[in-house]
Amino acid sequence: MFAKPYSAEPLAREKDNTAESELFFRRALVLVFAVFVGLLAVASRLVYLQVLNHDRFTTLSDGNRIRVQPLPPTRGSIFDRNGVLLAENLASYHLEITREQAQDLDATLAELREHIELTDADIDRFRKMALRTPAYIGVPLRFRLTDEEIARLAIDLYRFPGVEIKADLTRRYPLGSLGVHAIGYVGRIDEGEMRRIDRGQYSGSTHIGKIGAEYSYEDLLRGRTGWQQVETNAEGRPLRVLSRTPPTPGQHLYLSIDIRLQAAAEKVLEGYNGALVAIDPRNGEILALVSQPTYDPNPFVNGIDFASYRELNTSKDKPLLNRALRGMYPPGSTIKPLMALTGLEHGVVNRHSGISCRGSYQLPGSSHRFRDWKRSGHGHVSMDRAIAQSCDVYFYDLALKLGIDRTHQFLDRFYLGRPTGVDLPGEKGGVLPSQDWKRQSYKKSWFAGDTLSAGIGQGYFLTTPLQLAHSTAAIAQRGVHFQPRILHASEDPSTRVKTLAEPLPLPPVKVRNPQFWETIIAGMVHVVEGGTANRIGIGAKYRIAGKTGTAQVFTLGQNQRYDAKRLARHLLDHALFVAFAPLEDPRIAVAVIAENGGGGSSTAAPMARKVMDAWLLNKYDVILEPLPAPGIAPHESE
Amino acid sequence: MNQNDEGWFLRLTRLDPPLLLGLLMVSGLGLTVLYSASQQNMDLVLGQGMRLGLGFVIMLALAQFPPRYFRFWSPWIYLVGLLLLLAVMAFGDISKGAQRWLDLGVVRFQPSEIMKLAVPMMMCWFFAEKPLPPRWLHLLGGVLITAIPFILIAEQPDLGTALVVGSAGAFALFLAGLSWVIILGLSLLLGATIPLFWTFVMHDYQRQRVLTFLDPETDPLGTGYHIIQSKIAIGSGGVYGKGWLNGTQSHLDFLPEGSTDFIFAAFLEEFGLVGGGLLLMLYFFIIARALYMASRAPDTYTRLLAGSLTLIFFLYAFVNTGMVSGLLPVVGLPLPLFSYGGTSLVTIMAGFGILMSIYSHRRTLTR
Repeated sequence: MFAKPYSAEPLAREKDNTAESELFFRRALVLVFAVFVGLLAVASRLVYLQVLNHDRFTTLSDGNRIRVQPLPPTRGSIFDRNGVLLAENLASYHLEITREQAQDLDATLAELREHIELTDADIDRFRKMALRTPAYIGVPLRFRLTDEEIARLAIDLYRFPGVEIKADLTRRYPLGSLGVHAIGYVGRIDEGEMRRIDRGQYSGSTHIGKIGAEYSYEDLLRGRTGWQQVETNAEGRPLRVLSRTPPTPGQHLYLSIDIRLQAAAEKVLEGYNGALVAIDPRNGEILALVSQPTYDPNPFVNGIDFASYRELNTSKDKPLLNRALRGMYPPGSTIKPLMALTGLEHGVVNRHSGISCRGSYQLPGSSHRFRDWKRSGHGHVSMDRAIAQSCDVYFYDLALKLGIDRTHQFLDRFYLGRPTGVDLPGEKGGVLPSQDWKRQSYKKSWFAGDTLSAGIGQGYFLTTPLQLAHSTAAIAQRGVHFQPRILHASEDPSTRVKTLAEPLPLPPVKVRNPQFWETIIAGMVHVVEGGTANRIGIGAKYRIAGKTGTAQVFTLGQNQRYDAKRLARHLLDHALFVAFAPLEDPRIAVAVIAENGGGGSSTAAPMARKVMDAWLLNKYDVILEPLPAPGIAPHESE
Repeated sequence: MNQNDEGWFLRLTRLDPPLLLGLLMVSGLGLTVLYSASQQNMDLVLGQGMRLGLGFVIMLALAQFPPRYFRFWSPWIYLVGLLLLLAVMAFGDISKGAQRWLDLGVVRFQPSEIMKLAVPMMMCWFFAEKPLPPRWLHLLGGVLITAIPFILIAEQPDLGTALVVGSAGAFALFLAGLSWVIILGLSLLLGATIPLFWTFVMHDYQRQRVLTFLDPETDPLGTGYHIIQSKIAIGSGGVYGKGWLNGTQSHLDFLPEGSTDFIFAAFLEEFGLVGGGLLLMLYFFIIARALYMASRAPDTYTRLLAGSLTLIFFLYAFVNTGMVSGLLPVVGLPLPLFSYGGTSLVTIMAGFGILMSIYSHRRTLTR
């Protein structure tokens, strides 16, 4: 109860029911009046529509009526950075039946079966669609007629009233599987997408970007749906067009990949499952994005048949998996330059301090031996030699001095353990472990041994090939880095005006002393010049900074030895290599992962060298072979 | 006052005969129109008939409870409603879109639907013991009671229901005697904020969306199509209409949602201005009678509640008829007792049940 200002008598006098009742009555009168006015307004509106404009609406309603028809736009084409066509729209033909005009549907279907191949699935789908479509609207029966089928049908078509060959546009990827993990594909709109999209905009459209650039740039590629008002007769058949707002065709896209480089990169990885990402460190543009094995996107456009899909989906090589963005691998020794940088930044080591490596490392008070890859040890190593020779013991020691949380904090700035924000769908973040992370994910506390494993890029540490390429590019630019991007430019198809995509800078990584960058880059140069990847340095026409890596697929027992010859292929180590070049003016950063490839220096490094040669020396030994066109000229977009 | 001025019907059933008659007439007319608008789909009409029957049973049942029960339960219903809304919000990510519904077997129910009754009940409970017109502090309490569920529902997003809930609170405030100065002040403030908001806060695409909302004919592939076709249906009906079962717009599928939100257009096409005028008069009669019944209520709680519930009914009727005739923007509110569908019907009939209870129990409350 609140204070009662006008009476000392408790409770009763605070509220004056009679006064309130009168107040309410007055308000109710006002409301009756308001309700009356509101309903009168509606009534006046009805007079306006039904009396004053009756004739106009009668004309619209009686005899002739207006329907609004959507005009779907032409989807933009996709090119590589040099204008090589990657995705286009082809005129294709399908067979359509208008039931109202067809005399005997069953007989027509039976006879058509003698002319062209019609599966039971085709007929089932046709009958289902027919149930939901008015009889005067055509229903497609068979898609993608071949030239031969068209020729055969054309002769006899007059005998089938209501059966027509109709043209439409089908998306086609002339280079087949080449670059599919970057380009993606379109497919028929499914029920889930139906709920998500703006149905007005998609009325009349049948396809939508499903994955890759086709998905992420759906809005640009699509254009805007136009519409026309059509006068129809009493049965709803169109008579004439009253007004027309033409559709706006979609933008053409120029991807940042160079399809020649992409082809070269796909070729070097052939025979392995794995991924390769090449980035221009100066702006974050992705020059090649490889995930092996690949697959042909063309069958997905009009619905891939069940058997083929099952085969792709259940294959143990997982061709549908985009390893470049979604494959998570331990970075292995490729993380060592960044570990060294973290150590320098936090002052736990300097570039002269060294340790003695005897082939293994033991935590105080523990008998567990953390092995170095070189059983005999590296002897006395400083930072430069530790990177060049990839000494594990040096980095065990460094990691322990840093502790996992400081490592986590610093490496997080390179977008390890979180998505880089690339403009392709489905990117994974990987794992950059920390004490908190382990507590949350495993409900276990962090052990010193975990820190050692993380220090050489093993244990819980997981990265995507894209993250490795990105962090290497960031080293090349001394901490200046950009969001990785697949879009190079877009082009308005009518005005031919090209808009270049602006680089998207990320918060730069600053260190106490810029010389720290030079220290770790020197180590990376010595990897290629005399270090673990000495072989690829030989004969190079430019200088490379790189780092090899080997990621364990399974853990050896304490006294076992890794013997590649006696292990099954799927248990072999993953081979990794990251590099940038030319040293003086970095124009390309590459990360390669060859699953079960054995060693980083023997398998992965030569792959990266070939890709860098192709890009920097313009040395391509691949010939692009477009798929044979189905005999019909490409459709010219407006 | 003696018992003799009440008829035997009211004493027996606790239902007010004039109001009941008005509701029955609108419902009967609604079913007739639905038969035509649904392309003579008897299953659909029977289903709607069952729902209406259920609605009347709920009204009859609620009319038997003395109003003190509603008053006692008001805060609890409100709290449960709020918790359900929060639950919807918490699990909203997993269950997108249509899964705001709870399936109770016979009818499907949205938690936000409860709030259409719970908010006015809570408001009236809150103001019942406060001196009226409300003081500033009490006013603030009332605003909070309304604003919290309003925001939760608008976030879902379900603007139609949020509008009803927000208005219900505003109606209660108005009936509680909110001073005209404040009403005028708030209107001016709102009027002044909108242009600022428009210029400085909203993005281009948001402005575009609002413009389409206000003038749907600029978007002929979306909501604009409904309005264009609805106006053709209404206008071509003329003074006397095309006759029952003769509406071409609705029968040739030109009129979208012809048996749900846009049933008013199907009705006007077939029954013309004469039919439309009759229906509007029926609605006016129901509302006026209900407000009269509210003014006879014995205490603050019952008076405010009866008035607010009546105004919710008016809101439905006005917003729907205004929308269908192109007078108001498109807001998905059904035409009460007319549109096909059950959820809002149950709410409205429950509201009338409470109103009937208040009217028929008014003597037992006076001391």
